[in-house]
Amino acid sequence: MTTENGRPAEAEPAQKYSRPRADFATIAEWIRPGAKVLDLGCGDGSLLKYLQFARNTRGYGVEISDAKILASVRNGVNVIQMDLEAGLSGFDSGSFDYVILSQTLQAMRNTEKIVREMLRVGRQGIVTFPNFGHWRHRWQVIRGHMPVSPSLPYQWFDTPNIHLCTLKDFEAFCGDHGVRILERIVMSDGKVAAVLPNLLGSLAVYRFEQAD
Amino acid sequence: MQQPSSVGIVTPQTASFDTPIMLRSGAVLESYDLVYETYGTLNADKSNAVLVCHALSGNHHVAGRHGEHDKKLGWWDNMIGPGKPIDTDRFFVIGLNNLGGCHGSTGPASIDRKTGKPYGARFPVVTVEDWVETQARFADRLGIRRFAAVVGGSLGGMQALQWSIAHPDRLTHALVIAAAPKLTAQNIAFNDVARQAILTDPDFHGGDFYAHGVTPKRGLRLARMLGHITYLSDDVMGAKFGRVLRSGTFNYGFDVEFEIESYLRYQGDKFAGSFDANTYLLMTKALDYFDPAHDHGGNLSLAMKPARADFLVISFTSDWRFAPGRSREILKALLDNERNVSYAEITSSHGHDAFLMVDPHYHEVVRAYMDHISFSGEAP
Repeated sequence: MTTENGRPAEAEPAQKYSRPRADFATIAEWIRPGAKVLDLGCGDGSLLKYLQFARNTRGYGVEISDAKILASVRNGVNVIQMDLEAGLSGFDSGSFDYVILSQTLQAMRNTEKIVREMLRVGRQGIVTFPNFGHWRHRWQVIRGHMPVSPSLPYQWFDTPNIHLCTLKDFEAFCGDHGVRILERIVMSDGKVAAVLPNLLGSLAVYRFEQAD
Repeated sequence: MQQPSSVGIVTPQTASFDTPIMLRSGAVLESYDLVYETYGTLNADKSNAVLVCHALSGNHHVAGRHGEHDKKLGWWDNMIGPGKPIDTDRFFVIGLNNLGGCHGSTGPASIDRKTGKPYGARFPVVTVEDWVETQARFADRLGIRRFAAVVGGSLGGMQALQWSIAHPDRLTHALVIAAAPKLTAQNIAFNDVARQAILTDPDFHGGDFYAHGVTPKRGLRLARMLGHITYLSDDVMGAKFGRVLRSGTFNYGFDVEFEIESYLRYQGDKFAGSFDANTYLLMTKALDYFDPAHDHGGNLSLAMKPARADFLVISFTSDWRFAPGRSREILKALLDNERNVSYAEITSSHGHDAFLMVDPHYHEVVRAYMDHISFSGEAP
């Protein structure tokens, strides 16, 4: 993934790509047992491993970074080294039940292309991304700074995140691109943020499909 | 004294087979020998065996040394040994010289029992399928019903692939490294130029040069020089030799001037002095013929349908002889069949030869994959 930001992969602290378990549990709840899953930008493969355990899923992770490929192999999950920015041409249309893009959408150069590809290859897509509209981010912008938070842990000069958005932005994007949102859960500190999610939620999780 | 991380001194053994084998070409070999080496210990239920398949010029001597003063290590010693990526403290690793080889297994230079003379031109063409068949018979001999893994690079990777198709229930994992599901026209073309160099050498004598007390060294040397160029990348050749002149100035002649010429000639001479020309011909033909999709209308996914093994597929970025795109063809066929597969594309400047070289990331990926291979009878 582009999250390397040009730095040697080995130098990257592990916590920047291990994802919160709350995120995993939400995704797992949405996934049918025994489903075939493609996890784009799978990091060290821990989500896939979790889904195999919790939902008896099959499938593959996709990564570009050498360090994460190695970490995934160490985790005993199937992982394929390729560049998501080049599309998913190695995968047949409709060959997966779910295609997951967890904490990666905001780092993709070509957002429209990857969402299109997710829905070509999978029957449903699941994305998770940090909500730029979270109050903590808004507050920092008001105070004149680019936000740095647990969900956006980078400084402006070393961030791999080039396409940050809010819940409202993503939902408008889906409307404009023929994507039907099936479910949404917004979380904050591992708990569901039911009230004022675009203000109080730090992590958005969406399940969607191609609108007819 | 045995070095740490080395299998130490090893002694080749020979297995003789008297059951005739019908080869893919239709030819029959009445009997044959296969020379092999083993490293590590076969466990009680014989479930920890790993077969290493060799490439064009490889052989059974995969790891260790043949004697105290033997300077030459086995060709994959950096990969195989105690504590190495393919760990002989856990696995029982087998290296085998393929049928038609020139390092002890029955091949063109061997004596044909019927005539009392070397087979020479009468030695039949052997294919990857034939090799896998003889390897399976060899496994039977050792009582190995199922390999924990079959591993190979280049032509060896093709054998690992063929194993997964021909004997799906006899291997749990296949490691297919720097391989291709079939050669391209360009690849076959390189092989044919190499063969023509040998076939047109006046010392070749139609393959029966043994009786004339000569070897087609010039042809074999040229074949190896050509092959060697294709196993390296432009970048690594540039970095290693550049345009460096041996004497520092142009001599306006045809003797060795550039370092690369000197290197290639040295490699060619070394090889021509130790390898059998007929074996070289056979190996290149085995490469050319390999195409499991051939009988399935060119559909590799269909050809791979019987496979049951889990796979690790590895390619190297600067390998243009067996380019990453060729490994992705294998990957695609495995994805189509929903096999468990991981694919790593190793960044390397060393071309096709990269699979034989020490590269920490490459070795760690292999190690991580091998570490996950479980077999019965192993303490958790």
